[in-house]
Amino acid sequence: MLKSLVGIVLAIIGAFAIGGIALHRNEPINALWLVTAGVCIYVIGYRFYAAWITARVLTVDPTRATPAERLNDGRDFVPTHRWIVFGHHFAAIAGPGPLVGPTLAAQFGYLPGTLWILFGSVIGGCVQDMVVLFHSTRRDGRSLGQMARDELGPFGGFAALAGTLIIVIILIAVLALVVVNAMKGSPWATFSVFATIPIAVAIGLYVRSVRPGRVLEASIIGMILLLVGVAGGGWIDQSPQLRSLFDYTGPQLAGFVIVYGWFAAIIPVWLLLAPRGYLSTFLKLGVIGLLAISIIVIHPELKMPALTQFTAGNGPIFAGKVFPFVFITIACGAVSGFHALVSSGTTPKLIGSEADVRLVGYGSMALESFVAIMAVIAATLLDPGVYFAINTGAGVVGADAHTAVATISGWGFPVTVEQMQQLAHQMGERTLFARTGGAPSLAVGMASIFSSTFGNGLLAAWYHFALMFEAVFILTTIDAGTRVGRFMLQDFLGHFWKPLGRTSWYPSVLLTSALIVAGWGYFLYVGVIDPNGGINILWPLFGIANQMLAAIALCVATGIIIKSGKLRYAWVTGGPLAWLAIVTTVAAWQKVMSRDVTLGFFSGAQDLANKLASGTLSAARAASAPKLIFNQQLDGWLTIIFTVIVWLVIVDMLRVALRAARGMPMRASSEAPHVARIAAAGGSQS
Amino acid sequence: MTAAVAGAMSAWRACWRALRTLSGDDAYERYCRHQQLVHPELPPLSRKAFYVDEQRRKWGSINRCC
Repeated sequence: MLKSLVGIVLAIIGAFAIGGIALHRNEPINALWLVTAGVCIYVIGYRFYAAWITARVLTVDPTRATPAERLNDGRDFVPTHRWIVFGHHFAAIAGPGPLVGPTLAAQFGYLPGTLWILFGSVIGGCVQDMVVLFHSTRRDGRSLGQMARDELGPFGGFAALAGTLIIVIILIAVLALVVVNAMKGSPWATFSVFATIPIAVAIGLYVRSVRPGRVLEASIIGMILLLVGVAGGGWIDQSPQLRSLFDYTGPQLAGFVIVYGWFAAIIPVWLLLAPRGYLSTFLKLGVIGLLAISIIVIHPELKMPALTQFTAGNGPIFAGKVFPFVFITIACGAVSGFHALVSSGTTPKLIGSEADVRLVGYGSMALESFVAIMAVIAATLLDPGVYFAINTGAGVVGADAHTAVATISGWGFPVTVEQMQQLAHQMGERTLFARTGGAPSLAVGMASIFSSTFGNGLLAAWYHFALMFEAVFILTTIDAGTRVGRFMLQDFLGHFWKPLGRTSWYPSVLLTSALIVAGWGYFLYVGVIDPNGGINILWPLFGIANQMLAAIALCVATGIIIKSGKLRYAWVTGGPLAWLAIVTTVAAWQKVMSRDVTLGFFSGAQDLANKLASGTLSAARAASAPKLIFNQQLDGWLTIIFTVIVWLVIVDMLRVALRAARGMPMRASSEAPHVARIAAAGGSQS
Repeated sequence: MTAAVAGAMSAWRACWRALRTLSGDDAYERYCRHQQLVHPELPPLSRKAFYVDEQRRKWGSINRCC
């Protein structure tokens, strides 16, 4: 009774807040509206929708022993308290995607991104994470690829694996591009990001050899050193000789990141990856908490309009109309296919009771979605003119500051050269024009939030702290992703020649790591030399790949639900699947077929080829043009391949569903047999 | 008063324990307890060997997202 009363009150407040957000026009809206709408929607989704799904669709059984209990080995499989699992799972799924995507999508105004983050997560993303986590828990923690193979057939398994490998490579490239664009021409940022590497190595040595396993004290020391690194960057920036040591162009920085990525992938994990993983997790949780408190304390007004004229297409940050591209761009903040890989694998082996999947699967994603809402706030509290000046590439608005402000002001978002210069000066940078990738504008937004909460004056330090924070966990994702890609490649190549599959054979490690690094390094390099900033091409490709991976995960989930005789509930995952299939297919179709040269990969390549042939390009642009032409064609083909794979998986799933509905023989369920729990229900412990 | 202090102390201890478990700071102690319970006949790994092995296991699969 009380529960439903609370629910009704929340529903009314939530509806009021969403109505307020949607109907506000021509006057600034307060960020608290977004926070309120978010909290109400997440709580309602969690308490009612998620509870209904666990009870009716998944029929969660708290008396059934989980793999953690049955296979407890004290290491991999350990029944763990649900809040601890929640923390681990959230730390694993929270990446830079939900910060970057919403920042870019703000070109449509604050409304489209906000609505999709809220509704996409409670109906799609949270459900996907929870259902995949549950299915994997029932199958001894098997991976998404294994579940696809067991439940759908060998093709589904292969598709999930190929999809994962492609998305890993595109993902690393786009994230590396974000970091490179943030460091480009900024000695302060470059120094504080470079400093994180020796700091992580020092912490790695400390926690292995000096005080083995004492990760808490090591992390605290490391955090202090990271802050010293940011301060040191400011000091170096003051000295003309020292600052020139850390002043690099985009291609130079891309070279560093590529070489670094290869080294990071072949050295032992305890030396660099693991210690930086600790540091980035602490930083991430700390910054998210700080951001949430600060937004509530200063409750800023959003200066971006609800909708901009770019919803009709021709946006300067990325091309395409609001449908389907807001969904593609937001990606991980609402639904992320990558989460399905974490939800199947590490996390299910820690689940102490099946009843915990709601908190761990659904709850973590709701919190992740809230992080995306905070990114929307940080991007839209900037003056829209400033936001566009930072995020638009020089190829779109012109390399000269006066041309750029004239173009942007012409769109109806007034901004002046003086305003940009003053902002750059406050942030301790020479210029903030054309810093594409989302990280710098997010850092400007975060710096203004933090400095108004904690007193003005430290804007430049907060800005570079925010950049360092983003870089630290992007570098962690790059290292971890390269390693995962290498394992998958070794596994695959091992079928052709056994020694290549041995993860301990050093020549194979060197070779396969180099292949993966070459894969993302290529996309990174082309992105860096692209005068439009590269992000406008790579982010949509990443978004399409990520959402298609989500479609594959939802196919597996829907197939399992139908096979278990619950066809009438298949819409729970089938609905989001249908929506993602439509969105990604329309987006892929436009990226491949559109004649708009900023939108279509092939028409863009053709347009550049024509310009090159007619000799209208400048010498510098003519030199890079052949690479950009090839890259756009490659991106087009990748999009086609990915779309075909996803539709084949969907057809495969429908085939299985049809057989199940007609009662025809099919693959047996791979669910582990029921074993009653030894411990009393609800008594999971750490 | 003393009850309040005791309450605060136990809350702090619970937080500290959760933080240690969450970060993996107490992983070795948990491992030793488990080994003692299940395989008392085998000598447990040293703290250092356990840490290195644990990191290799943790980062051997997908545990970070975008």
